[in-house]
Amino acid sequence: MDQIFTTALRFGDNAMVLGQRLTHWISRSPTIELDIAFGNLSLDLIGQANLFYELAGKLEGNGRSADDLAFLRDASEYYNVQLVEQPNGNFADTMMRQLLYVTYADLVFETMKTSPQKDLAAIAEKAQKEMIYHVRQAGEWVVRLGDGTDESHEKCQAALDNMWPWSHELFAYDDVDEAMVEQGVLPSAEHLKTQWLESLGEVFKRAGLIIRDDNWMPGGGRKGLHSEHLSYILEEMQVLPRTHPGAQW
Amino acid sequence: MDVHHEDKDMRARFDAYVADEGKVEPKDWMPDGYRKTLVRQISQHAHSEIIGMQPEGNWISRAPSLRRKMILIAKVQDEAGHGLYLYSAAETLGVTRDEMDEALLSGKAKYSSIFNYPTLNWADAVIIGWLVDGAAITNQIPLCRCSFGPYGRAMVRVCKEEAFHQRQGYEGMMVLAKGTPEQKAMAQDALNRWWWPAIKMFGPPDSDSPHSDQNTLWKIKRFSNDELRQKYLDMVVKQANALGLTIPDPDLKFDEDTGHWVSGPMDWDEFWAVVKGNGPCNRQRMKHRQKAHDDGLWVREAAVAFAEKQAKRNNQQKAA
Repeated sequence: MDQIFTTALRFGDNAMVLGQRLTHWISRSPTIELDIAFGNLSLDLIGQANLFYELAGKLEGNGRSADDLAFLRDASEYYNVQLVEQPNGNFADTMMRQLLYVTYADLVFETMKTSPQKDLAAIAEKAQKEMIYHVRQAGEWVVRLGDGTDESHEKCQAALDNMWPWSHELFAYDDVDEAMVEQGVLPSAEHLKTQWLESLGEVFKRAGLIIRDDNWMPGGGRKGLHSEHLSYILEEMQVLPRTHPGAQW
Repeated sequence: MDVHHEDKDMRARFDAYVADEGKVEPKDWMPDGYRKTLVRQISQHAHSEIIGMQPEGNWISRAPSLRRKMILIAKVQDEAGHGLYLYSAAETLGVTRDEMDEALLSGKAKYSSIFNYPTLNWADAVIIGWLVDGAAITNQIPLCRCSFGPYGRAMVRVCKEEAFHQRQGYEGMMVLAKGTPEQKAMAQDALNRWWWPAIKMFGPPDSDSPHSDQNTLWKIKRFSNDELRQKYLDMVVKQANALGLTIPDPDLKFDEDTGHWVSGPMDWDEFWAVVKGNGPCNRQRMKHRQKAHDDGLWVREAAVAFAEKQAKRNNQQKAA
């Protein structure tokens, strides 16, 4: 059960932190249509976080609510991958981070939704429907930027260069993940990465982008080890519940 | 034929038609003044929705629960949707989105002054739903019957969503007002700062309102500023009392004869100062909008360039 709890928390945290990051674009987007799109993306992700947290709280059995898990844990108790906490940067950076993550999440949920672990499967079923749209939306923008103007191409390639190193952690499975593979909750890292690269490869080809791999592979999110950014994100997000302990909102 | 004669004839027919509650559609003949008034009013309304995203958007990242965060995102998103919807209604009158954007950014076009006040605590983000959306609905329900069809139809949809926002805002205020002493203080502080600006959202008193008469004849405006303000006041005083908060108007009293609440004197100098650009956040709101516009330029250019390339590729494919 602990492993399911940990898995629910990890995917909840991924969705929470990415959703929180994306909300910053609302009222700051290149178009009003994109303001609305960022609202949708963040609503989907925060909705997913809420479901994963509710499940985690239930499995833990200590009476922690979804809000307790979101608002009353420190950075070292958050288990998201570091990719999702990276700064928004410019629009290309945000869309590249989005593409790398949601392509991964879509593939993960594809397996999770058929897993015998019914509670996780139910969340994954719903979440995957949302991820299909996210993958298409991010992919379309990466292609548009990559194959748009010289300036947008340059920014899009730079975004790929910026975000790529953080993607390795997606496949850095630990014991919990391996146990989940055995239970049919997660796809194997190898299989997942092959499919992920195939899906991204098509987008990058249309966008005219190249993957410039180096050997830097930051990671550690699964163990609560993060980049400097996360505690700022949480500080802002948690300010009211932390300042007013016990208050209802 | 005498052109002026024809214009006069058409004008007379138009006036009779709208006086008889006829609906005007974009392709119909309409007097220039009618068109101009509507472009001004609809685009101003759209700009208000867009600028109005900022004060509430300011609290999205700090909303105190997942549910409140989702409600706030959805609300700000609705405002963006209303903005787009209204821009489209204005476009049917022959003005372009670019022209309207430019008018907003250059300061030529106005937006509702209420959004030039800051959201300093969480209750501010909540009270906007109750007080500001409440005032907006009071204004907009009669606009559902506006003689200009596209505007009236847009208002029907907008009002439904605003009514929902107002209920959510009021419910959010109720939670704060019944919460911890700190939460109650937050709610009171927000009411102290938003009460008068909200009451003044209906514009200057009837004795001092330049557009009302013609707009009333054209069935654009159905009630005067003071009539709308009275409806609003009667509604929100009751609601504020139910919250157990103190309305910051020592002269507020109930008139037994008329059955209406009467407010104390309103500071119209303050109102005009904000309209003219000297409210607490006018400059900040415009800078924010301008920055989004400037930062997004390369993205919009990329989208256009990509669409052109795609069109070219499609044509070449067809030709081959």
